[in-house]
Amino acid sequence: MNFLDYIIPIFYALGMVSVFMTLCAYSVLAERKVCSLIQRRVGPNRAKIPIVGHIPILGKILTRLGIFHPAADGLKFLFKEEITPQHVRIGYYYLAPIVALAPALTTMVVLPFGRYIDVNGMVQPIALANIDVGILFILAVSSLGVYGIVLAGWASNSKYPFLGAIRSTAQMISYELAMGLSILPVFLWAASPGSDYGLSLFGVVQAQQGLWLIIWQPISALIFLVAIFAETNRLPFDMAESETDLVGGFHTEYGAFKFGMFFVAEYAHIIMGSALFVLLFLGGWHFLPGVADPWPDGLFGILCSTSWFLLKIFFMIFFFIWMRWSMPRFRYDHVMHLGWKILLPLAVANFVFYIFLIAFIDNLTY
Amino acid sequence: MLEIKVTDTVTINVDGELAQVPKGVNVIEAMRVVGKEKEIPHYCYHPKLSVVGNCRMCLVEVGNPMRDRQTGEAILEENGEPKIGWAPKPVIGCATNVSEGMHVRTNTPNLIDCRNGVTEFLLINHPLDCPICDQAGECRLQEFSAEHGRGYSRFKEEKNVKPKRTRLGPRVTLDDERCILCSRCVRFSQEVAKDDVLGFVDRGTYSTLTCYPGKELSNNYSLNTVDICPVGALTSTDFRFKMRVWFLKRTHSICTESSVGANTEIWSREGKIYRITPRRNDAVNDTWMTDSGRGLFKEFESEDRLTSYSVDQVAKSLDDAVVATRALLKAGSVGVIGSAHSSVEEQYLLQKIIKQTDATCEMVQHIGEGDGLLLSEDRTPNLRGAFINGLIKQLPERELGQLKASIEGGSIKTLLVFNQDLEQLGIDLGKLKESIQVIYFGNSKNTTSERAKVIFPSLSVFEKEGTFVNQNFILQKFKQAVLPPVGLMSECGVLKAILHELNNEAPETAMPFMDELWSEISENVEILKSVKWSAIPEEGFALEDASFASMNFVETQNLKYKPNLVSKTV
Amino acid sequence: MAKTKVLERKPLTFSEKTYIPQIASGLAATFVNMFKKSVTLEYPEVRPVIPENYRGVPTLVKDPKGRVKCVSCQLCEFVCPPKAIRIKPSEIVDEESDRAHIEKEPAAFDINMLRCIYCGLCQEVCPEEAIFLQDSFSLSGYTREEMVFGKEKLLKLGGTLPDNHFKWDKKKSAEENTEKDH
Repeated sequence: MNFLDYIIPIFYALGMVSVFMTLCAYSVLAERKVCSLIQRRVGPNRAKIPIVGHIPILGKILTRLGIFHPAADGLKFLFKEEITPQHVRIGYYYLAPIVALAPALTTMVVLPFGRYIDVNGMVQPIALANIDVGILFILAVSSLGVYGIVLAGWASNSKYPFLGAIRSTAQMISYELAMGLSILPVFLWAASPGSDYGLSLFGVVQAQQGLWLIIWQPISALIFLVAIFAETNRLPFDMAESETDLVGGFHTEYGAFKFGMFFVAEYAHIIMGSALFVLLFLGGWHFLPGVADPWPDGLFGILCSTSWFLLKIFFMIFFFIWMRWSMPRFRYDHVMHLGWKILLPLAVANFVFYIFLIAFIDNLTY
Repeated sequence: MLEIKVTDTVTINVDGELAQVPKGVNVIEAMRVVGKEKEIPHYCYHPKLSVVGNCRMCLVEVGNPMRDRQTGEAILEENGEPKIGWAPKPVIGCATNVSEGMHVRTNTPNLIDCRNGVTEFLLINHPLDCPICDQAGECRLQEFSAEHGRGYSRFKEEKNVKPKRTRLGPRVTLDDERCILCSRCVRFSQEVAKDDVLGFVDRGTYSTLTCYPGKELSNNYSLNTVDICPVGALTSTDFRFKMRVWFLKRTHSICTESSVGANTEIWSREGKIYRITPRRNDAVNDTWMTDSGRGLFKEFESEDRLTSYSVDQVAKSLDDAVVATRALLKAGSVGVIGSAHSSVEEQYLLQKIIKQTDATCEMVQHIGEGDGLLLSEDRTPNLRGAFINGLIKQLPERELGQLKASIEGGSIKTLLVFNQDLEQLGIDLGKLKESIQVIYFGNSKNTTSERAKVIFPSLSVFEKEGTFVNQNFILQKFKQAVLPPVGLMSECGVLKAILHELNNEAPETAMPFMDELWSEISENVEILKSVKWSAIPEEGFALEDASFASMNFVETQNLKYKPNLVSKTV
Repeated sequence: MAKTKVLERKPLTFSEKTYIPQIASGLAATFVNMFKKSVTLEYPEVRPVIPENYRGVPTLVKDPKGRVKCVSCQLCEFVCPPKAIRIKPSEIVDEESDRAHIEKEPAAFDINMLRCIYCGLCQEVCPEEAIFLQDSFSLSGYTREEMVFGKEKLLKLGGTLPDNHFKWDKKKSAEENTEKDH
């Protein structure tokens, strides 16, 4: 391994992190803008940055779109006064946001976001780390995100964060089961025994060159969608931070930058979830179900396919936001009921159904 | 106690209820005795002026028990009650005296109609001047129009035009359009001020109040016409447009111009005095007051006013000044020039200091020409208080007697001067020996204050409370109207602090309350022995003056005073 | 006693039990809302419509002849609930001016806008129709002294309003036109 082999992945990683974080920041803006549109008002449209904001026409349009607000938000979180309440457990208090943010950033490592033809003519994914057990890695690491919330609630030494943390923990571990079970049929479908792909996400995308999996496995998609909403603590599963009855939930005692980290962690999870859903069910970077990709191979094709992938992710983010502002919050016992008594049996049943179905199809085509 | 000599009362029937009222008074006064609800609106009637009955507002319905024309016996109804012969038309209450068995009605629909009608007629030619008229807020026409007015005018013609804002005299402004021709001012000038200058000219709707040609309303009682004018026709030029009366706080006080002790009312807002008007006191000043007494509050707004305690002409705190005073008083040979402007309490405390320091006290007379009405010759309000407190035993002379010789001879080391200017007393300050130390109580800078070692600024009568004894030996209370300059205590407080210091007692932190002070005074002063501060009535407390019957006080006869001439012993 | 009416609740169908149709209709409703016009008023570029009789900042008005209508009767000072108004009345001394017959005008007229509660009682009580609460509502200043509006500022804010009565002119013409000797 020469020097470059170390440097290039680091720059690659830094680049991915910066793109990802930018996406997080702008998804905050998207949330605010979309929710304001849904509520028939104009969202943020006043922030202006020194030079770019004053470009004659373009600057004005961008300001009205609110493009510069993430910069304002970021600077706000950075420069706000850091207050540490007296009654918190210091170690866990400082650890919690880090533990919340780190898994989100770590899981994006294995996300493939495009494909290229390498020198051998083989289609290879563009990913920071193309590992075989991609989905397992993602499931495992994102489960660690629960710890962030637990630590935040515990360290805060206060009623509302505690309640929020307890609820959120229970919710997240309940829905992890359903989530895991619901995507097993996907991998059964995508990878035949003994193939190279195994549990990798790239394999799943490759398997969607024809019809997308959402058409083959709608129920899996539905269960996975619901579970992903629950995993990201997103309305309608907003238990952790239900503003109306838990003040701020687990991040009540946090201010300024630490809150910023929680905030970014939540949106990072959303982006991750959207990306996963797109990869698993919406065909990744393929054009349309059943239609061949119209772009040529080569650099242009890579750019087009990656852009299309990003567009699908944006749509999914929009869908997350759309859902949040249309649905009321679930009651807590309904959440548990849904997770254990409905989704879990449904996922198991779905899984069993697809076992039989796949076995049947394999036998047919043998 | 001043007793209203109620010798006879009669029983009358007011709106169905029986009432006892003094005999011979007119119906308006009788209604006032009965109760406020029964007060009859009137413009031209004034309790201290003759009755004319030209406003017709005080109409009441009266009825007297009927008597048989021939036999003179009372005619009775079936049930034994006397039959009442009601007068066919309402009569004016100010001119109708009550008699036994009279029945009076004050609020029948007919009478209400009468009052409404009178009001409407008065308002026909009355100008729309309320926003600019000074009488707003204390205008009888406004009050009775609110009660009996129509709210809109039915008069289609043009209102009369008469001279406005004319100068009647140096202190009075006349606006003829507002005049309702009640003639109170005319009667006052004729009967009370004895200066017949006002009268009505022209007839009918053009009747106008003027000064007779060549004359002007300049006597010393001209502002009383302003007080009694029920509308804003006569207004005070000095008070013109200064402030609306509803903002002003009213405080009861006593005029300090002379020993008459006219009861006054101080009108002030936020520490600034705007005007002074007389109060009614039938034993002292009726309802009148001199013009010159009304301007006294302006003296205290001058630039020369002393505003801080000082020792050796350097501003110090009260404690420093008191300590310096003690040193001076303890040195012995103290002479005191008291003041008849001080209140009874201050004179009492001064007398205590005099006793303790074995000082000699003398006072000086302030004499002016009396006008036989409300300005007596003695221009001090509390000379008799000095007698009562024992400060002096004989009437003061124009100049100091023995004390002057002592001062110039040098046997006096410390001179306590109250409100006097030594130069005016004939003491040459230049020749005053350097060793004589002066402690000065006064309110403005003069030659004496510049020579004084310790200066205690005194407060005006508006800034403290206390009592005066007037020419009739009536003890009258005055209250505090405005706050004194910052940091100054009343003379009572200062004298009490000096007393404490002389007795080596700890200084009191609180102001001497009048109640405590008066319980001490009533113990120690014979004539004041039954007086309690809170029990001094508003109209004053008449003291026993038998012990002073032999004094030849300087006052000659005026409105309420008759001198008891004592033949001088040869 | 009201009659109770029992509502029939139809049992949910299978698809309704999954709640997916309801979710979908909810999503559709919000989606449609996204394309409707926003109701935001973008202040300060766009100003709101001020209705008639709006109670904004109190101002002193002049009549169409350019004359200050206030005669400093001090009624507004009295009625003002938070005592925001302070007036110093004075005389119109100049006998030659065409306002001499009015006799009174304010020498100083201060309204402390930090105390004013915009109740409009001063406008209601003024007998000369001289003080009006007009349109401006957004005031600001850097110091407390700046926020005490003096007579000049109030006259400037007030401008000229129509006058239906011209009370003092009628007075003046009556004075001038009466026959003096009768």
